[in-house]
Amino acid sequence: MKYIIAIVQPHKLEEVKKALEEEEVHLMTVSTVLGQGRQKGRTQIYRGAKESGGLLKKVKFEIAVNEDFVNRTIDTIKKAAHTGQIGDGKIFVLDLQDVVRVGSGERGSVAIN
Amino acid sequence: MNTGDTAWILMCTALVFIMTPGVAFFYGGMARRKNILSILTQCFAIICLVSLQWVLFGYSLSFGPDAGHGIIGNLEWIGLRGVGQEPSSTYAGTVPHLAFMMFQGMFAIITPALMVGAFAERVKFSALVLFTLLWSTFVYDPIAHWVWGAGGWLGSIGALDFAGGIVVHVSSGVSALLLAILIGKRVGYAKQAFAPHNLPITFLGGALLWIGWFGFNAGSALEAGGLAANAFVTTNTAAAAAGMAWAFMEWKMDGAPTVLGIVSGVVAGLVAITPACGFVSALSAIPIGLIAGIGCYFAVARLKPLLGYDDSLDVFGVHGIGGIWGTLATGLFAATAINPAGADGLLMGNAKLFLVQIFYMIVCIAYALIVTGILYKVVDLLVGMRVDKQSELIGLDLTQHNESAYTILE
Repeated sequence: MKYIIAIVQPHKLEEVKKALEEEEVHLMTVSTVLGQGRQKGRTQIYRGAKESGGLLKKVKFEIAVNEDFVNRTIDTIKKAAHTGQIGDGKIFVLDLQDVVRVGSGERGSVAIN
Repeated sequence: MNTGDTAWILMCTALVFIMTPGVAFFYGGMARRKNILSILTQCFAIICLVSLQWVLFGYSLSFGPDAGHGIIGNLEWIGLRGVGQEPSSTYAGTVPHLAFMMFQGMFAIITPALMVGAFAERVKFSALVLFTLLWSTFVYDPIAHWVWGAGGWLGSIGALDFAGGIVVHVSSGVSALLLAILIGKRVGYAKQAFAPHNLPITFLGGALLWIGWFGFNAGSALEAGGLAANAFVTTNTAAAAAGMAWAFMEWKMDGAPTVLGIVSGVVAGLVAITPACGFVSALSAIPIGLIAGIGCYFAVARLKPLLGYDDSLDVFGVHGIGGIWGTLATGLFAATAINPAGADGLLMGNAKLFLVQIFYMIVCIAYALIVTGILYKVVDLLVGMRVDKQSELIGLDLTQHNESAYTILE
């Protein structure tokens, strides 16, 4: 089991979500996050006071998948979130030790499906 | 000079002023969260710009003594020369000329602000500033002169427009439609939903508009008397009918009445009653409002997706269509029993007014479209009308104004 974290451009939210659903990856958690990578942040100004290093808004997907879904999920996100410009984001893949479905008490890979 | 009239007109001037921040909130809530500040900034910038344009030369072009053939005012009142504390000999004889000037100035301000919704979320701020000045000078000022200026040619042939159905709403509505088409669709339009980000703010804007509209319409009587009361009542009645009509249409067609729907319906009704409010009875305001609510619902929810243009916040669907209907409705429902200075409409057996209204509308639509098209080209060549794709994706708040409306972290 793997835990996939993908940080993508906010305007790619719908596209990535739709592409994942088409690949039958239906379980995901999405949140708005702030970050900066090579794109750097944008400087903001409030009544003359500069606030540099303003972070940029991104969308974070968190998806738990079984092994047979790992590459499919990564490829789908990579394709749907791609614009070719700086700031497209990153995908992190982590080993997942265990999963518990709260409703049924199921554990392990069955709890992901 | 009449102190009651003067107090009323100054009060109404402030009420009309509040409509422009109202429009800003109305549109701002409908935009995506990355663009609300751009809309608020654009509306305040328009207030500032047109305020200056108006006292420097806009008022003279619109209301100054006719320069010939009823086409434009001359520059005799440039910089408000001769416009003082005494009443004008031409307009609103019971209030200071300055009060009349400022009351009209608020109309000149709100008109370009209405267009902000059409090219929202992609217009460059510098282009908006330049375009506003040009559009006010070359579209609004002449049309205002034709209809309301002393000796204006459309006013002389008997066209009726009590508070600006054509001068304000149709002129901005059709210009906005053309601009939305010329500037092009927003990135991702129709491929993903652009949901309004803060409907309570839109509601607040709609409420400010409704309040301000009492000054807009009832103030256009230019006296504190019976005609103002008539305009006040027809305004409220039409807004109420249109709000319910739009909400019921949604309920029937889409399954639920929505807050955006009822607020949009109210605004559509206010637009439609604008040209008619001082010429029709309170009961006539009910069908005017009902048809405005139903018609504008169809324009926004059905016609726009069908034709595929991206009038982001439906300036044409609400102000264009509502204003066109209101102008025709004036030709149908007007009655000299309500306002002896007006005329009888088709339903009172007089076809002439209805035909004049149609002619009036076609002339103004054609003029607004042609000049807006030219001004678009000029501004696009000089500074570029639209931001680049990357800025549009990040949002205008950050890329045009270096600010963001909502912080995520502290």
